[in-house]
Amino acid sequence: MITKRIIPCLDVRDGRVVKGVNFEGLSDVSSPVELARYYSEHGADELVFYDITASAEGRRLFTDILTEVASKIFIPLTVGGGINTLEDFDRVLKCGADKVSVNSGAIRNPALITEAAKRYGDQCVVISADVKRVDGVFRVFAKGGRENTGMEAISWIKQCVERGAGEVVLNSIDTDGVKKGFDLEMLDAVCRVVNVPVIASGGAGKIEDFITLFHTLPGVDAGLAASIFHFGEVKISDLKAAMKKAGIPARV
Amino acid sequence: MVAIIDYGVGNLFSLKSSLAAIGAEAAVTADPEAIRAADRVILPGVGAFGDAAAKLRATGLDKVVSQVAAAGKPVMGICLGMQLLLEKSFEYGEHQGLGLIAGEIRPIADVIPAGLKIPHIGWNALSFGKTKHPLFKYLKDGDCVYFVHSYYGARCEEAVIATAEYGAPLTAAVARGNVMGCQFHPEKSGNAGLAILRAFCEMEGNVC
Repeated sequence: MITKRIIPCLDVRDGRVVKGVNFEGLSDVSSPVELARYYSEHGADELVFYDITASAEGRRLFTDILTEVASKIFIPLTVGGGINTLEDFDRVLKCGADKVSVNSGAIRNPALITEAAKRYGDQCVVISADVKRVDGVFRVFAKGGRENTGMEAISWIKQCVERGAGEVVLNSIDTDGVKKGFDLEMLDAVCRVVNVPVIASGGAGKIEDFITLFHTLPGVDAGLAASIFHFGEVKISDLKAAMKKAGIPARV
Repeated sequence: MVAIIDYGVGNLFSLKSSLAAIGAEAAVTADPEAIRAADRVILPGVGAFGDAAAKLRATGLDKVVSQVAAAGKPVMGICLGMQLLLEKSFEYGEHQGLGLIAGEIRPIADVIPAGLKIPHIGWNALSFGKTKHPLFKYLKDGDCVYFVHSYYGARCEEAVIATAEYGAPLTAAVARGNVMGCQFHPEKSGNAGLAILRAFCEMEGNVC
């Protein structure tokens, strides 16, 4: 039986891992390579690296770090942040990434998904969407959650999957950083319209939040979180043991 | 020395790094002489069967792999590389494989219940059946490895050495003598994957 995946997310700026609350007030946490190794040894099923660097120099630093991580850690690696062209796909895949996550780049140019899926395969292309309720409607936000695109989120995600995205990361801006649990309503809406893996992001505060997620929504394949793992509030090994105990298939 | 065959399909960075991590000397190469001179050979691959088989033939490396296999050296296919070891595939048409192991490649949609997601992607547990192949000597039944595939090895019952349950038991690994293949990615399967690569690197020629 396929196991439910637990995925720590590492936001990287200038070679260091940072994490924001509701995308504001970023603070430095630790070294990407050290954290990646720690997570891998404690049972993380996959790692996501988001490059939140703006400068060209920072970008070079990011690919250097990615190369170092990929040469030492042998679990699937997803890379996102600043992916706007096929050349960006190429750049991170050459450094050892297995999947590439697109967000604002796909909003600007949806054909990027189609072209990347054709060249690298559907399994390689992840659509990451930052979604927030605006007047009761799920809207897609761009630029790290700062800009309302006005697009309705569920149809956007459906379109991305039809274009060839092989996986969806749904990040609820409404629950991100609040630590009161994942956005089950939003996730359910997405699970109903796509038949590719859905990764829940935003809102995990404790182990029970993951148990509730997988029990309530069998269509969700993975749970992603950052700060609760980085600050040691939830240990992945404890989480995996709790999942197993709750009858959720987990790799321990 | 392990020769990782480079025929222009897929990213070999992780495979090379994982072999380095277990202390195995490995070279990514398309040179027939280097491949023939190696102690053991890995045939990697991602993408579509037809394209990969065509590239392998165009470079003449299909014959080199068959020669190495006939010489009794350990040969391992990974993912699409495993599929290429079988006789044929029905992925977008019908394509000939190397035929080193009896069997064919068919869509997993043929055997799994409707509603399950395709590809079969993620960590799944291995079952070894009654006897455990030497490739898995460091693993126990139920250890998880990482899969990404939409097609599977069918009609290869005699060669199956591991399965994974995904609505149906899917072929996870095959072997015939010194030729073996893993549908999953050992180079992405954490410590379990490294242990499989280590076991492969410790094999003598003409294993059974």
